[in-house]
Amino acid sequence: MPLLEIENLTVSFQTAGGQFTAVDKVSLHIEPGEIVSVVGESGSGKSVAMLALMGLLPWTATVTADRLAFNNQDLKTISKSELRKIIGSKMAMIFQEPMTSLNPCFTIGFQLTETLKIHLGMNRAERKKRAIELLELVGIPEPRKRLTAFPHQLSGGMNQRVMIAMAISCNPELLIADEPTTALDVTIQAQILELLLNLQKKQGMSLVLITHDMGVVAETAERVAVQYAGQQVEKQQVKGLFSNPHHPYTQALLNSLPERSNSKILPSIAGVVPGQFDKPKGCLFSPRCDYATTKCHTIPPTAASEELGKALCHYPIVDGKPTNYPEEVNP
Amino acid sequence: MFLYLFKKLAVTIPTFFGVTLVAFIFIRLLPGDPVLLMAGERGISDERHAVLMAEMGFDKPILVQYGYYLADLAHGDFGTSIITKRPVLEEFATLFPATMELSICAMLLAILLGLPAGMIAATKRGTAIDHTVMTTALAGYSMPIFWWGLLLIIFFSGTLGWTPVSGRISLLYYFEPVTGFMLIDSLLSGQEGAFQSALSHLILPTIVLATIPLAVIARQTRSAMLEVLSEDYVRTARAKGLGPQRVIGLHALRNAMIPVITVIGLQVGVLFAGAILTETIFSWPGIGKWMVESIFRRDYSAVQGGLLLIAAIVMLVNLAVDLLYGIINPQIRHTDS
Ligand SMILES: Nc1ncnc2c1ncn2[C@@H]1O[C@H](COP(=O)(O)OP(=O)(O)OP(=O)(O)O)[C@@H](O)[C@H]1O
Ligand SMILES: [Mg+2]
Repeated sequence: MPLLEIENLTVSFQTAGGQFTAVDKVSLHIEPGEIVSVVGESGSGKSVAMLALMGLLPWTATVTADRLAFNNQDLKTISKSELRKIIGSKMAMIFQEPMTSLNPCFTIGFQLTETLKIHLGMNRAERKKRAIELLELVGIPEPRKRLTAFPHQLSGGMNQRVMIAMAISCNPELLIADEPTTALDVTIQAQILELLLNLQKKQGMSLVLITHDMGVVAETAERVAVQYAGQQVEKQQVKGLFSNPHHPYTQALLNSLPERSNSKILPSIAGVVPGQFDKPKGCLFSPRCDYATTKCHTIPPTAASEELGKALCHYPIVDGKPTNYPEEVNP
Repeated sequence: MFLYLFKKLAVTIPTFFGVTLVAFIFIRLLPGDPVLLMAGERGISDERHAVLMAEMGFDKPILVQYGYYLADLAHGDFGTSIITKRPVLEEFATLFPATMELSICAMLLAILLGLPAGMIAATKRGTAIDHTVMTTALAGYSMPIFWWGLLLIIFFSGTLGWTPVSGRISLLYYFEPVTGFMLIDSLLSGQEGAFQSALSHLILPTIVLATIPLAVIARQTRSAMLEVLSEDYVRTARAKGLGPQRVIGLHALRNAMIPVITVIGLQVGVLFAGAILTETIFSWPGIGKWMVESIFRRDYSAVQGGLLLIAAIVMLVNLAVDLLYGIINPQIRHTDS
């Protein structure tokens, strides 16, 4: 039985310019102990989807889903207080910006022990012992001393370690890491990633790793979901995705990997993810797609079969070539 | 922390000298010379004028005069009232507890109502509750104090007859001041009904004086809260599964308090200004009423000394506020030192 089931999750925001759909029918199943990666450029709705799951979106957001379940417990009908018992304990999340994600007014120790008190009901001595244990676990030197430090006295990497310690404090079954390394130095990025993978193995938890770095995906995950402009455009095993991508966007992402490029200049995908006011009529990727036809510009595609990674494309790519592609156009 | 304290003091002391300069110049900027001013309509003979000028040191060069003035201040001599011939500091000290009692009560009322009102408005933003709180605050903010005070007197004292119109306590009661705070002294006196009488005298002036600070605090709390509620660390707090009381009342409020405390500190100055009107309306025997009367009596040395003392108190409060910041937000304390 999957640990997490998301079926057709849709999130729209009420904005000054009308409703804006930031996440459009995204589905994701996660088995216990599995690492799944969600990739996509900035603005593709990766964070919003996960925040919706955790119930952390502002009031301007409308969330709908056919199914949203954790451990077979329906998160759509659950009361707020019931949900609060799950998030932070069984299902935890760490964020993109470690420097702003911790409260500047409270010590590391205070913030770290809060969950232990609320979810596990530990007493003061137990909390302190566990906090030191956790800081040790995430590789923070002199943990006892750090308990009384404030976030601004630690580096970004150290703060992210604290965030991780906080997230795993109640031994979660699912950890959602939202671009945990984006804001950090390159050398620190690798360390944090390694830490996450070690913890995942040690604790046997499931890990959802949000990233826009295909390299990270290759090194870490078992399955990948590719997201573009709020839609899930492809879902595959990592191996299959790298050897045989089915969506032109995935193909383009892979082509922009440094080790795959044979020219001196790194190829990148021209253009940006469409926002609220420039959503194309047909396929959302069509303005940037090398293969786009008139059909692509006018008719939104439907998802392809399971074997084709459910690619959201009129002409899913197989072995580098689009299928059913009209003869008369030259890609 | 000590370095932080030291730095704040280093700023306060020059400011205080600035204020002494203003107070010193004030009396010399008035048209005519001080002796003429004191003589008023009656006029004065030239010989007597010269004698008095020499007696008060006004014939010396201005810098020397300022030097004497500072030396006097250093000895705790804030001048002598021309009318009562009592030291200004002494007069001030007798009257100050009345103003302080009124100000503390008004500030407490403003904080105890303003903080929750602003917090509720922020968490219920855009709803009818929010609009009601904000409209009321705007009305309170733009209320002319004098008119508002009279309105309350007419309604509560006149129409309903619930509250007394003036003074600090009914004339039926008399006891020697111990703390100078009527609420406490009336309790200490053990006289039956004295405390109730003091309390009922305090209610209307407190409301009148609290109105503007209350409105300002409510508005500032709301806007600070709104800003903080969208911060990442508030999302983190919610992601930990903490309940709304803890997220809003602890994680958000602690951060929102920083701008709110600044405003509360600034309101102390506003409060003294308000006390002048409020005390006049309610015949409250405090500093505000005394200052107004001193001005009418042309008791310029009293006004000068009073001004300086009030400024010193406001500065002390602001210093305390600065220190409070450092305690609430360690980041300020650490980066400043
Ligand atoms: N509170 C909000 N109100 C309105 N629009 C929002 C809100 N939060 C996010 N969005 C919009 O939703 C879209 C998706 O945002 P999201 O943060 O999920 O992107 P992302 O894939 O996580 O990108 P990144 O890689 O930069 O983190 C963006 O266009 C963003 O502007
Ligand atoms: Mg994001």
